[in-house]
Amino acid sequence: MELRELYQEIILDHGKNPRNHGKCEQFNRDANGHNPLCGDKVHIYLKLNTEHEVENISFEGEGCAISLASASILTEIIKGKSFNVAKKIINDFLNMIKNKVQITVNSLNEDQKTTIMSLSGVKQFPMRVKCATMAWHTLASALGEKK
Amino acid sequence: MNIKNIKSEFPIFKQKINGKPLVYLDSANSSQKPKSVIDRMSSFYETEYSNVGRSVHSLAVKSTNRYEETRSKVAKFINAKSEEEIIFTKGATDSINLVASSFGEKFINKGDEILTTELEHHSNYVPWNFLREKKGANIKFAPVNLNGEIDIDSINRLITDKTKIIAITHLSNVTGAILPLKKIVDLAKEKKIPVLVDGTQGAPHLKIDMQELGCDFYAISCHKMYGPNGLGILYAKKKWLDILPPYQGGGGMINEVKKDFITYADGPAKFEAGTGQTAEVVGFKESINFIEKIGIKNILNHENNIMEYGLEKLRKYNSINIIGNPKERGSVICFTIKGIHPHDIATILDEDGVAIRAGHHCCQILHEKLGLPATARASLGVYNTKEDIDILCNAIDNCKKIFNI
Repeated sequence: MELRELYQEIILDHGKNPRNHGKCEQFNRDANGHNPLCGDKVHIYLKLNTEHEVENISFEGEGCAISLASASILTEIIKGKSFNVAKKIINDFLNMIKNKVQITVNSLNEDQKTTIMSLSGVKQFPMRVKCATMAWHTLASALGEKK
Repeated sequence: MNIKNIKSEFPIFKQKINGKPLVYLDSANSSQKPKSVIDRMSSFYETEYSNVGRSVHSLAVKSTNRYEETRSKVAKFINAKSEEEIIFTKGATDSINLVASSFGEKFINKGDEILTTELEHHSNYVPWNFLREKKGANIKFAPVNLNGEIDIDSINRLITDKTKIIAITHLSNVTGAILPLKKIVDLAKEKKIPVLVDGTQGAPHLKIDMQELGCDFYAISCHKMYGPNGLGILYAKKKWLDILPPYQGGGGMINEVKKDFITYADGPAKFEAGTGQTAEVVGFKESINFIEKIGIKNILNHENNIMEYGLEKLRKYNSINIIGNPKERGSVICFTIKGIHPHDIATILDEDGVAIRAGHHCCQILHEKLGLPATARASLGVYNTKEDIDILCNAIDNCKKIFNI
């Protein structure tokens, strides 16, 4: 059933109990995302250290289960990754949603791949794609611009 | 026409959505179209189409006559004094923009006040914001009360000698509140302030009578009245047509065009630049015929019955919060379910063939006041039945099951 594919246990769990929620300490980059059509909002905070690694990352936001889960999963996946790998993961994720391509980044373990793939069910719901991608676009702009 | 079998007049209900019969609860967003309207537009294109009001050939005469017949039909339907008071626009949004632009240009200056309400759709706020930005006008919002209504006192309190226009909705697309229009218009008349009514949600459900109501402008959205998309009506009292400057420039709205000056057409033509929505206008006559065959009061009674049934069923859920409790309510039910975001509700309901809307319904001011980023909305049309409500409730149960609530 497609609907159960979208609302998998893992997504419901992240939606109800989002990880890394709130403003993290000592962030040095952040960005806002907003979907004016539905009112969903996300604000991503991250600390990029001198080694160019995402040392810490968190988000604030309000929205549907899909958008909260997506942001929550994003923070778990991206934490500890280097700037370049993080950028590659964003690309992979957006490709997966748009073009149904598999995740190719080799720096993710199987668990992380499964987690990130749990969001791929949204492909079958074109009106909800933005809910899943908003946090990732916001992360891209947080990484792209220096505070 | 029997209201019981009315679904059969709408071809859209022949199909299945996700394998289920379509339960369409999104009429406040846009209504479905009866076959008579669809057929009329096709037959017009097949046998009578040409541009209106320009050429003299046989087809031009036919289409011009059909076009103007709708104008007369609309005038009678809303009891305007004459068909000259009926302007065809692109939609209710366009109708309000027309007034904000033309009236604003001539009558609104720095420090003047536009009085509106917290209930308004963005289409009855954003056009006035242009005047705030361009001319330094102020916008005042009559506050909504706990029932989701606007009472006459809240309007009265905000009227000053700087109030240049009152712009209010007839029926809220979120709380369903029907505003005390007659009282508001009477009060405004006393103070010599013109009133624009956003009738987008009112006209499809309520009997409207321009001469009895006495408002200056009334904006109508045809696609919410079982009519074609891309078409709206602006009712404007004759005196305004004469003194307001044109809205847009182009063909059809001129009298004389010279290199050093231009004079403009009279009446509604002054505000209808360019080729209008010809087939849509012709089709809209059939929408009014459809409404008249059933009777607007019968439609209202029918919708009220279904709404009461729906409210009663939804109130039984502890987890459901219904937005607003107006004494006079149109067939709009906005609600939230504890622990499930409205967008998730809408997606899950769709799986059961139930079409609702989720979001802020273009009313961010109201949603901010309610402290809710979004709500789910079930809104009714003539084709809805009690069975639709039962299916909605089953789908809500399914929603709760998926979210373990």
